[in-house]
Amino acid sequence: MMMQKKIKRAIRFIIIFIIALIVLYPLLWMIGSSFKPESTIFTDLGIIPKEFTLNNYVKGWYSSGMVTFTTYFKNSFIISILSVIGNIVTCTLAAYAFGRLEFKGRNVFFNIMMITMMLPQHATLVPQFTYFYRLGWVNTFIPLILPKFLATDAFFIFLITQFVRGIPRELDEAAIVDGCNRYSLFFHIIVPLCKPALVTTAIFTFMWSWNDFFTQVIYLRESLMYTVTLALRTFIDPSSISNYGAMFAMSTISIIPILIMFIFFQKQLIEGVAMSGIKG
Amino acid sequence: MNSKLNKYAGYVFLIPWFLGFFVLTLIPMLMSLYYSFTNFNLLSEPQFTGLSNYIQMFTSDYHFINALKVTFKYVFISVPLQLMVSLILAFILNKGIPGLTLLRAAFYIPSLLGGSVAISILWRQIFGLQGILNKILVAIGFVDLAQISWISNPNTAVWTLIILRVWQFGSPMIIFLAAIKQIPASVIEASAIDGASRFKQITKVMIPLMSPILLFNFVMQIISAFKVFTESYIISGGNGGLMDSLLFFTLHIYNEGFGNMRMGYASALSWVFVLIVGIFTFLAFKLSNKHVHYY
Repeated sequence: MMMQKKIKRAIRFIIIFIIALIVLYPLLWMIGSSFKPESTIFTDLGIIPKEFTLNNYVKGWYSSGMVTFTTYFKNSFIISILSVIGNIVTCTLAAYAFGRLEFKGRNVFFNIMMITMMLPQHATLVPQFTYFYRLGWVNTFIPLILPKFLATDAFFIFLITQFVRGIPRELDEAAIVDGCNRYSLFFHIIVPLCKPALVTTAIFTFMWSWNDFFTQVIYLRESLMYTVTLALRTFIDPSSISNYGAMFAMSTISIIPILIMFIFFQKQLIEGVAMSGIKG
Repeated sequence: MNSKLNKYAGYVFLIPWFLGFFVLTLIPMLMSLYYSFTNFNLLSEPQFTGLSNYIQMFTSDYHFINALKVTFKYVFISVPLQLMVSLILAFILNKGIPGLTLLRAAFYIPSLLGGSVAISILWRQIFGLQGILNKILVAIGFVDLAQISWISNPNTAVWTLIILRVWQFGSPMIIFLAAIKQIPASVIEASAIDGASRFKQITKVMIPLMSPILLFNFVMQIISAFKVFTESYIISGGNGGLMDSLLFFTLHIYNEGFGNMRMGYASALSWVFVLIVGIFTFLAFKLSNKHVHYY
């Protein structure tokens, strides 16, 4: 009986392990190939390069002439970091109102907010573009960042609201006795206690902005304003000479910030997903 | 601070949200509805043309019909497959396995990266004519199969994107794993005493108990699958592929609006898109009232 159980366990482990290998193989192959000489990439199915080179990285980094990946990385970081700040500040403000304060129309507004969460961004796409175009903001970062400072990522409002609701009300009452009002309560009680939800918001906002393509391809037209994702796209232009080594090198480098976040915040990420049902 | 300011604190804290809702959501939505009845190229003022955009869509825009077909096929094959894989793996992992944390992390990585341009570029290579899939097929003896580009062939193109979505089973798997842990042990023990087999336990007891979470994930994944853009754009090279085989609805909107500058028509397409997504969201929640078990 014991033996049988052990064998079952071992089989289960082997199956899962093989699945994990299959799942990760494409990614590992790409990373490995980025260090292989261009000529061997398509003949070598292995992950670890037989011949190691950094050539692809050098070529890729400078592949688009005057503007290099230094600029693209800088642009991606500016957009992602400002988006994080915007979301954290304005979504928390809204979440405090929805989760804690009492005022007329709260439930109506909350329901509206939930509907906007389900609403595809296409509903507002053309008029938003028209606005920003008339304001001369196409080809700037403003259309990508401004919405984050106006609490338009309803998902995070919802996430933080749920968290605020979980904070015991006794704490509020005690703070009010100590002389807090509705405003100082926010800074002294709500913000410090919401930290886990804010961390989740920050991580996901960063990653989504980093990986965003749709909004960026619409608003950023000149290579000086390109982000890493937009620069990667130029590798698949029919007009450009395909250079797989450089393409894989830059693809690999583009996912490094995400992988670093994953390594550092693995626990928060996985808990965030498990608790709130965020899609990664 | 006076009590009046305290009384209105709710509105004060909602100022950014109000601004965002009116300026970036509500007004643009209404404008978009208006544009959908016009001919509008961004440079000149919109000209009212009545229903002509909608009539054109359903009568003469064959790309629209193709985009609908491709998108529906993709959404309704990939999401159930993805959720099935994640559910099965969640049940296997739940039995306890050495290195669970590490394995869970490994399975989650594709969900993190799946929507990125880097992965779409990789997919183009894997399933291309010279790609590693064909190399592997040749290596294991299926030379006949390895003669096509899976991306360019209209019969297989959308399947490469379906695989890409199923590949991202990690995040629903983590959610299901957490949901399984929530099921009270006493319920499962009781069913075991009643003589239920492991399979019966899963299908008759555990899955019904998880139904709210299953439904929620199904809805969220359906919505997100409808919105797929990056994969369609990058893998097809922006043109929707041979015979529109990779022309997803969002790419069609993008091409009409930002490629052909037909903003009025793109607005009409957007409204049809929003309606479709809205109907499925609504249906799913309606269904849930009947079949989902809340405990």
